[in-house]
Amino acid sequence: MQTVPATAAIASINPPAYKRSRGHWANVAARIVRNPLAMTAAIILLALIGIAVFAPWIMPADPFATSMFTRLKPIGTPGHLFGTDELGRDLLSRLMLGGRLSLFMGITPVLMAFVIGSGIGILAGYAGGFINTAIMRTIDVLYAFPSVLLAIALSGALGAGIVNALTSLTIVFIPQIARIAESVTTQVRRSDYVDAARASGASAFTIVRAHVLGNVLGPIFVYSTSLISVSMILASGLSFLGLGVKPPEPEWGLMLNTLRTAIYTQPWVAALPGAFIFITSISFNMLSDGLRSAMEVKQ
Amino acid sequence: MISYLIRRVLYAMPIMLGVAFLCFMLVHIAPGDPLVAILPPDASVDLQKQLMELYGFNRSYPEQFFSWVWRAVHGDLGSSIATGRPVAQEVFKAVGNTFMLAALATLIGFFFGSLFGFVAGYFRNSWVDKIASFISVVGVSVPHYWLGMVLVIIFSSQLMWLPATGAGPDGSAAWIWDFEHVKYLIMPAVTMSFIPMGIIARTVRALVADILSQEFVIGLKARGLGEFGVFRHVVKNCAPTAMAVMGLQLGYLLGGSILIETVFSWPGTGFLLNQAIFQRDLPLLQGTILVLALFFVSLNLLVDILQTVFDPRIERA
Repeated sequence: MQTVPATAAIASINPPAYKRSRGHWANVAARIVRNPLAMTAAIILLALIGIAVFAPWIMPADPFATSMFTRLKPIGTPGHLFGTDELGRDLLSRLMLGGRLSLFMGITPVLMAFVIGSGIGILAGYAGGFINTAIMRTIDVLYAFPSVLLAIALSGALGAGIVNALTSLTIVFIPQIARIAESVTTQVRRSDYVDAARASGASAFTIVRAHVLGNVLGPIFVYSTSLISVSMILASGLSFLGLGVKPPEPEWGLMLNTLRTAIYTQPWVAALPGAFIFITSISFNMLSDGLRSAMEVKQ
Repeated sequence: MISYLIRRVLYAMPIMLGVAFLCFMLVHIAPGDPLVAILPPDASVDLQKQLMELYGFNRSYPEQFFSWVWRAVHGDLGSSIATGRPVAQEVFKAVGNTFMLAALATLIGFFFGSLFGFVAGYFRNSWVDKIASFISVVGVSVPHYWLGMVLVIIFSSQLMWLPATGAGPDGSAAWIWDFEHVKYLIMPAVTMSFIPMGIIARTVRALVADILSQEFVIGLKARGLGEFGVFRHVVKNCAPTAMAVMGLQLGYLLGGSILIETVFSWPGTGFLLNQAIFQRDLPLLQGTILVLALFFVSLNLLVDILQTVFDPRIERA
């Protein structure tokens, strides 16, 4: 005679009457949707990203076409809604296309630092002992530099260029993320449930995947989103100094730099690229604040 | 506490050595020959060799590193490749200017930051809090180099109240504390003060809100202490942390002044760095960064020590 498995038998007698509760992330999403500031920021960011992505198709003019006769036209000139720059190029088109590089250069270093930094931090926290000391003391040295100084020192030594700027910024953000990953991992490693998992035969890889990542990724993710704002300002700042994107490529920081000569002739045209950096950076900050309170992560 | 202090000072030593190592490596991660800036394109191999020996680039890395550190400890940071002048002399001249700017900016930022923070923390979730919190978000999100440009546009190009660039009517010969000179300091200092203002406002708001929700505050009120008396206790409780944040901010501003100094042509370390980067003057770059980074490490150490000494609540074994 065949026996029915016990659980299946119980389930057939008592079909589950409860409704599955929403997951953690669904709760976070539900809370953030109700936060008007965070939602406004999210909509602005989506719009900026959309414009940047579709720029080549929606630009009103060629952003590289120079003209000596239409140099430094004011905002609102017919055919040049946002005026023209010091070489007579249409500013609106340049701002649209420039969003691509600016957003790319602001977000990429944080993404790379997120992957590398959490990897390093989890390794240090989980391994403990000598490996932890060796990794964390190295991280402390990088942490001993003010971030702006480190970014400029590295990209100054490496020389101008997009790849060099991205590399420098990634190195600036790695220690900050690795520190958080390390401290959370160390806490989790010492907890009873990890001991229990180990006692029941779970491998190191399984423990990291099931217990460490679940606890570590939330706080690091929130922290990383707040870094994007800093990264946008720094990346554009490097281009502003002449250490990032090279002309004639449009990028907001570089445009701000080349338009500096025009602050006496067309001041508000000259200030426009910076306004875009500001709007992007403040939107990322507000979204990150919203995310933090939605996830109830204390800093 | 004494043993903590000793350990804290000892702990700073390897960090400083690490910082020095990183600064040393800057020259060697740089692509190309560090001497390329001064060598004429048709330089003979002999001349190249001579210069390599003069600057010590022909020796092994560890040898170069330790002799560089040894000389740096004795105040010799080598000489600038572009001008031939001693790097130490150039850096110390510039550090004074940067320090003046950063210190003033920190003070302005601290004053307004704690004002907004207190108001926001006291009247949590009211409209005052929302405005104060918004100002602090603006402070941390605004690209300060752009803010500097906007201020120049408003106060120099439009209103013509303040000079746009430089550090004095006679170029940057010598600094004097009179109105003619201070006029040049106002805009860069105000621009710079936005960064610490935002951060201090956030910190103070969180501190005040936390302190006001503690039981001892209810206790004080229950014993009949007036609003002002309670306020005094709140200030006393959040002062150490707020001061520590202020100290760290000063360090960040000293190291991060390059963008603002570029906008205002302020003759400080940022200006020097800019020059070093674009003339590929690696000894100057290395020396300036070393001094700024060591300053930052020492300031962190000092803040930590002062906090331990003055805040009896912090127990550090």
